[in-house]
Amino acid sequence: MSLTTILENPKPGSTIFSPELAARFDKLVTLYPRRRSALIPMLLYAQDEIGYVSDAAIAEIAQRLELTVLDVRNVLTYYSMLRTRPIGKYNVQVCTNISCMLRGGKEILTHCKKRLGIAHKETTPDGMFSLEEVECIGACSWAPAVQVNYDFHEELTPEAMDAVLDQYRSKAGQ
Amino acid sequence: MPKLVSHPDEVKVVSRRFGQDATNIDRYIELDGYKAVRQAIEQGPDWIIAQMKASNLRGRGGAGFPTGMKWSFVPKQSEKPKYVLVNGDESEPGTCKDHLIFLHDPHSVIEGCIIAGLAVGAKTGFIYLRGEYRYLLTIMEKAIADAYAKGFLGKGIFGSSFDFEIISQTGAGAYEVGEESALMESLEGKRGVPRIRPPFPAVVGLYGGPTVINNAETIASVPHILNMGGEAYARIGSERNGGTRLFCISGHAERPGVYELPMGYNLKKMIYEVAGGIRGGRQLKAVVPGGSSTPVLLPSEIDIGMDFDQVGKAGSMLGSGGVVVLDDTVCIVEFALRTIQFYQHESCGWCIPCREGTDWLKKTLTRFHAGGGEAKDIDNIRYLAENMLGRTFCPLGDAAAMPTIAFVKKFRQEFEDHLNGKPCPYAKQQELVLA
Repeated sequence: MSLTTILENPKPGSTIFSPELAARFDKLVTLYPRRRSALIPMLLYAQDEIGYVSDAAIAEIAQRLELTVLDVRNVLTYYSMLRTRPIGKYNVQVCTNISCMLRGGKEILTHCKKRLGIAHKETTPDGMFSLEEVECIGACSWAPAVQVNYDFHEELTPEAMDAVLDQYRSKAGQ
Repeated sequence: MPKLVSHPDEVKVVSRRFGQDATNIDRYIELDGYKAVRQAIEQGPDWIIAQMKASNLRGRGGAGFPTGMKWSFVPKQSEKPKYVLVNGDESEPGTCKDHLIFLHDPHSVIEGCIIAGLAVGAKTGFIYLRGEYRYLLTIMEKAIADAYAKGFLGKGIFGSSFDFEIISQTGAGAYEVGEESALMESLEGKRGVPRIRPPFPAVVGLYGGPTVINNAETIASVPHILNMGGEAYARIGSERNGGTRLFCISGHAERPGVYELPMGYNLKKMIYEVAGGIRGGRQLKAVVPGGSSTPVLLPSEIDIGMDFDQVGKAGSMLGSGGVVVLDDTVCIVEFALRTIQFYQHESCGWCIPCREGTDWLKKTLTRFHAGGGEAKDIDNIRYLAENMLGRTFCPLGDAAAMPTIAFVKKFRQEFEDHLNGKPCPYAKQQELVLA
């Protein structure tokens, strides 16, 4: 991030987001007793649209909420699901926390590493998959579990994991 | 879709609409939905709180505070608006019950939230789900929109003079935000760092107004309590522990799953009968009774009733209902390490004993498990953990320290087996699994 991106303010009224998302943001900021409450949802929705929270997205969200860029960055860096760099189309998040670990979560992670040829927080050269070892995702009774973007996949084995990856690969090919 | 399980010993109250298509508002109404809230409007706040007190419902998030009493602490008169905040930031490892509630019965959360609002005089409720539950937010938002369309939310709900709004959102990945004061910070658009108490949220909460914060399962229980009557609900459970609880059985049980059982149900029976015993007929090594922060129990300690008081007497906690079953293939040092890795990752960093303590514990346990442990480390691990207890503003420090102390205390031999460069005695088994 350069100094100019900190200082450069987006033009009022202009937006980097799609018209639908911009309209959604217009509504979100009026929803809460205080504007600022919309910050975390806005960061998430911006990330969903762009793939990550870009400098331009931060600047526009700051302006919409009447916050400084620093206020926004301060919050953004706290939450593990928010990122400021692009990643693969499908983010494969493997839980290795206790319940998943007991049922082979670490083996699923090792399998994904081998299969995709990447390590934790890396992306395949074709930009298709990113891999992440994550903390508990709330699927403990159906372990081991993996989340690909926002979708859950439960009771996995290495073979079932392969099928899940193939499913996303063919989805991307369509 | 998460698999639903069933067992004859279950008493389905909160889970009775699971798998019944109750996300559809008309189906929910058919299944006695939005009946309790109408009665609540008719009877008024004093009646609601009396029913809640009679029900002996205790907070399902982990602390087990009596819900009726919590609601009665909210001042009747307040210059600032009052709020209801539903905590669906379910993040305690081993816990996945709210996941099912949002998936199968979102209207019960809405109905419970309105009733809580009526009881304390709040006009706005917030439902906060963890960020990973985005697909459940979509279900929740649809349910809220349907409730607005029927006039169950908004101005003059159910044709009464009461107004009630509900706003739902998710977080963005942070265990700490499940702590009530950090949750309020997050909802106000800030970092999820806890607040100093007092003042407690019932007096000064969201946006400075009096706020009732309840776990999603607690809130989903409320309509059922009003429908069956507080005393009838209390009778299902054990002494001072009313009703049922969604127990999330995970780990090495033969039939893991979320089972709704009466409070006070025997833990041994829960594992060996309800969940079908240990997978492959292996031996039980340990049980974590209420999510990763609760001290581990030995097989000789599990002949106890699962309610807040009895598990407390056994030296652990009922916590969030996450029963993690460990068989004899588990390396306790590795399990302790994975537990502390989690808390180290999730510590918000505000309180030094928690921030530094979890980090040192992680470093020591990592070295220890890799074979670089020294005899003095064992007591050091315990000493470090003991010095975190009670020295932080929120319970995350305790949540990291308590299980660690129990692992060292109850499985000291296993720590000693790792000493002096000895490889993990369980690594071979794990390599076999890997192959």
